[in-house]
Amino acid sequence: MHEMSLAEGIRSLIEDQARAHGFSRVTVVRLEIGRFAGVEKPALDFAFDVVMRGSPAEGARLEMIDLPGRALCYDCTETVEIDHRLSPCPKCGGGRLMPDGGDEMRIKDLEVA
Amino acid sequence: MCTVCGCSDTVTADGKAFGHSHGHAHSHADGHHHHHDHDHGHDHHHHGHHHYGTGPAGVSVPGMSQARLIKVETSILAKNDAYAMANRRVLKALGALAVNLVSSPGSGKTTLLCETIRRLGTAPLAVIEGDQQTSADADRIRATGATAIQINTGKGCHLDAHMVGHAMDDLTLKPGSFLFIENVGNLVCPAAFDLGEDAKIAILSVTEGEDKPLKYPDMFTAAKVAILNKIDLAPHTAADLDAYESNLRRVNPSITILRVSARTGQGMEAWIQWLHHARTAKVM
Repeated sequence: MHEMSLAEGIRSLIEDQARAHGFSRVTVVRLEIGRFAGVEKPALDFAFDVVMRGSPAEGARLEMIDLPGRALCYDCTETVEIDHRLSPCPKCGGGRLMPDGGDEMRIKDLEVA
Repeated sequence: MCTVCGCSDTVTADGKAFGHSHGHAHSHADGHHHHHDHDHGHDHHHHGHHHYGTGPAGVSVPGMSQARLIKVETSILAKNDAYAMANRRVLKALGALAVNLVSSPGSGKTTLLCETIRRLGTAPLAVIEGDQQTSADADRIRATGATAIQINTGKGCHLDAHMVGHAMDDLTLKPGSFLFIENVGNLVCPAAFDLGEDAKIAILSVTEGEDKPLKYPDMFTAAKVAILNKIDLAPHTAADLDAYESNLRRVNPSITILRVSARTGQGMEAWIQWLHHARTAKVM
């Protein structure tokens, strides 16, 4: 959706971390991305390479860890894991699901040199 | 573009990073807000701004060359969310209700807003208009007598909390105000950006197609209210209003749906009631 913006956010956080922890080069950036976060991973990968130029994370490897999508089923009131936004409830087959997890997009950790 | 302050173009066409190009807002006498892309050669101190493209952090620790792991565990949108919280605090202190109007372009947001302003009568209110270009919408709002600030996002596809915070500074909201934030017409990106609003209101016009909530679920899941607008056109377009509603509830079982025609006024009273109730509930 707006992966350039997200990459800018990542860069800004990395620069904060670099100042706080006193490192000058990042080798691996590990993200956790929920299934419902609306992040297009190939687009973020591309944006990451471009946006990190001139930053401590220039040339760093980007790893993205998927987090499952979770939703509350309004029919059986269970919290269930679903793969797709429009999947039916795996417990009762109901179709009224309110996402309540899986929209995460965060930096988990950095490997730095 | 930066999620935090609307910075754009850290990268040129040839892929080289250059000094910070910082989109920040300023007002003209007519209240027109621009987000310019231009380089700063100075420090931008307020709100913990950061400048890009200054190269490595400039901190070197002799002897430290071993790889190590730094736990971060921070949302990529953390900075936007911090600005949003600051906006939310200001709004709460004022007992002001902020709604973030989101939709595709052409759903009738501005017409709905003009009619809403007319019906709210003497209630204190202000409008922040977001568009990529032109001040046309703010001009339409000002013609109703309401205060409006136009934010032009340039290439940006959404408003962010920092832009909205600047606009709120210039609006000097009255206590108990309604603040209407008309987001950039876009059913995708504005869903992810908290502006500090009390509710996102998704506007969907009956000419857009019943399947839109299923095609763009994020926006309709993020919204508290869906306004099904232009219902006066439904008989001419064979639109199935019940199908719109069932698709909206499929992606968001708790959504409030209002059937409205801003042009004929049909259903407007329920929307005005919703606004009054939400503002009252906020100050209680």
